[in-house]
Amino acid sequence: MGLMEKFFGFSWGVHPEDHKRPAADAATRVMPTPERLYVSLAQHLGAPALPTVLVGQRVGKGALLAQPQGAVSAAIHAPTSGVVAAIGEIPAPHPSGLPVLAVTLEADGEDAWADDLEACDDPFALDPAEISRRVAAAGVVGMGGATFPAALKLSSSKKAGVATLIVNGGECEPYLSCDDRLMRDEAATIVDGIRIMLHATGAKEALVGIEDNKPEAVAAMEKAAENHGEIAIRPLPARYPMGSEKQLTLVLTGREIPAGRLPADVGVVVHNVGTAKAVSDAVRLGRPLVARIVTVNGGAVRAPGNFLVPVGALVEDVLRCAGGLSREPARLVMGGPMMGMSLPHARVPVVKGTSGILALVAAEANGAVENPCIRCASCVRACPIGLLPLEMARRAEAGDLKGAVGIGLKDCIACGCCAYVCPARIPLVQYFAHAKGSLAAEERARLRTEATRKLAQARTARLEAEAREKAEAAARRKAERAAAAAAKAATEKIERVEEVGA
Amino acid sequence: MTPIAYRAERMFATPHAHGGGGVGRIMLLVQLALVPATLFGFWLYGWPAFFLWVVTLLSALVCEFASLRLLGGKAVGRTLFDGSALLTGWLLAMTLPPWSPWWVGALGGGIAIVIGKQVFGGLGQNVFNPAMVARVALLISFPLQLTAWVTPLPLVSIPAPGFLEGLRITLGQAPLPDAMTSASLLGYAKTELARGVDLLHAFSGGHAPRLSWLGVRSGSLGESSALLIFLGGLFLLAAGVIRWHAPVGVLAGVLLPALFAHGVAPERFMSAEQHLLSGALMLCAFFIATDYVTSPTTDPGRLVFGLGVGLMTWIIRTLGGYPEGAAFAVLLMNAMTPIIDRVVKPRILGRTRSGKPLIPRPDMADAGKGG
Repeated sequence: MGLMEKFFGFSWGVHPEDHKRPAADAATRVMPTPERLYVSLAQHLGAPALPTVLVGQRVGKGALLAQPQGAVSAAIHAPTSGVVAAIGEIPAPHPSGLPVLAVTLEADGEDAWADDLEACDDPFALDPAEISRRVAAAGVVGMGGATFPAALKLSSSKKAGVATLIVNGGECEPYLSCDDRLMRDEAATIVDGIRIMLHATGAKEALVGIEDNKPEAVAAMEKAAENHGEIAIRPLPARYPMGSEKQLTLVLTGREIPAGRLPADVGVVVHNVGTAKAVSDAVRLGRPLVARIVTVNGGAVRAPGNFLVPVGALVEDVLRCAGGLSREPARLVMGGPMMGMSLPHARVPVVKGTSGILALVAAEANGAVENPCIRCASCVRACPIGLLPLEMARRAEAGDLKGAVGIGLKDCIACGCCAYVCPARIPLVQYFAHAKGSLAAEERARLRTEATRKLAQARTARLEAEAREKAEAAARRKAERAAAAAAKAATEKIERVEEVGA
Repeated sequence: MTPIAYRAERMFATPHAHGGGGVGRIMLLVQLALVPATLFGFWLYGWPAFFLWVVTLLSALVCEFASLRLLGGKAVGRTLFDGSALLTGWLLAMTLPPWSPWWVGALGGGIAIVIGKQVFGGLGQNVFNPAMVARVALLISFPLQLTAWVTPLPLVSIPAPGFLEGLRITLGQAPLPDAMTSASLLGYAKTELARGVDLLHAFSGGHAPRLSWLGVRSGSLGESSALLIFLGGLFLLAAGVIRWHAPVGVLAGVLLPALFAHGVAPERFMSAEQHLLSGALMLCAFFIATDYVTSPTTDPGRLVFGLGVGLMTWIIRTLGGYPEGAAFAVLLMNAMTPIIDRVVKPRILGRTRSGKPLIPRPDMADAGKGG
């Protein structure tokens, strides 16, 4: 942290009204398992999982439904016991509403765990690699929303030799309180998960960052960690985006992650508190990740609160669980209001990364008309990365992608602070997302051209080589023929000489 | 239960929440901050000042409307009443001699909006501060009218012009009585120095213009009361509309050289207090140099910008041909804004000042722990 920040406090980010209570204070409710679950096969960062079950097959709760495919992927398990009713496309939890491949499970109402779960009484006796394997087998992904496969992060941290495990309990998004609830209710399990992750990564210490607007969670975690000197609970000032990897690492360790690098490059790895809980469940009980706590909140929700929801439950069913809607929402959001995605309708399923379901009314939603930029530079002060959003937007709008990249487009984390404070209501994040999309398309086109050029070059080279070989062969044959002719002529000559001589 | 009927009519971009506030609110707060100094100006200079203010604001609004219509813009009404044109007209009116004829205000409003703003593409696109463009254009074109200062005649005093008399002054039907005209402090100092009278003698004379924190002095419509403008500025600071960097820069840019020069040669250079309470300095520091559109976007950049404006003002006042230089200084620094913005940038997290990625240090054992 620079000297300026020491004196003037945080100069980055915003301080939104958090809207976390009363939802955060209501006890966590368990959602009854719906009759049908729609388990998406693309719930994680990376390639979709490959189904391993057949339609009509009976599965126990926690049985494998689909296995990871490719280097970055995660396994998917049955959230309840029942029969596979279909494997096909359903509307994805994505603003486009484009379909995604899913396993539809007909619940049998027993909710009985499969009997082949691999429990373990002493995880610390296991080899770190074995822990990673079990975490991978349980399909654990980052629960903070990024849904990166957790096992990959554990094994790569072990390889990189990180010294510090940062546990993200910041939950800086307004409205959300699922991590808060989890820390209040399951602090001991989280601490256990943290200890297992320390063992798996070889890190010496764990720093748990929790924003100070969650005093109950801080107290619960401090109590659970009091006998574990290697785990430090660190209350943080409430500030958005405190939960961003770069910000959290900077505030907790004073280390700045270099642009384009990973936290491991400064000796740290960041995991969410929900991931710690999932790791404990996976390793101790052998239970795969099939349910999560989801915050249901927003002005249109009758009884806001937190729910333990099976993966694959429809948003519609979850909302009904919270007493339904008191009025038509202006916007339905999956995730937080800052970075969550707007949903096309309520018939999309909950996935492993669903931290919240928000039914926002018009007064809460950012819906005003866009005005011209007055260069007030609120966005410049709000940007946690130190970018110039107004300049980037100007370049993106003009189609000057190179210019936008030149002033830091690729460093943008899409946190939304700039658009949150913009008095002209310019949808800055949309400009940047569009520019990043165009860049990616350009990059793909460039790679394609490159590949085509290489193929063409190879073809030319091959044709040339063939022609050369042909010519050489022809020359060889000609030479052979000439030699043969010469030999024949010579023989004839000798014969003639012999004849003459005879 | 019935299914939840919600269907999104379109994709919504993140973030889904907003911190509140808007362009209109900002403009309104600035106008609110101008009210005390403006009312004081009406009281001090009487009805003609009020009429001039009305004419200038109306002209700005009419020209904005005409420009928007000619440019074929959409949502003309919304743009017209976002408060920006009104504020430009208002700021210009504050800088005009209070008894100027109506056409000065009308022409000024037109220059500010059409040449100062709309030809660049409208709100947010102009390079130069529109009010200052108009002010300078008027000063160069009509030096006589733009330096016709009147003796303050508070509205309640007996010789102050009444409503109709005031109207006749504004309409140019009544000539400005010679007895009413009075030099501004800056003009007086410049004239005396040019005459070879040193400032110590000049200001000890009985007819020398007096200094007044409250602003009972001859001067522009809304520039005279340093105190009320300062309070307006404090209000804007407290409301978070402006930041301290530009005003502090402007004031420091004038006061530091003034203190130094006056300390060395008081007979040739005016004191810091005389600079502070004269001309447009206070208005410039809190209302002109803080214009978002024409000043740099970073806080350090704004400090540099303010220092430049202040220093240029002092230089023009002291060494230039014009007695007052704030408007020129602002325009000069407006031209420098893109350069300041190019040089003074925040450091990107994870990169060096020059934009290169930081060097990874995975072996940072326990360094920098503690946060």
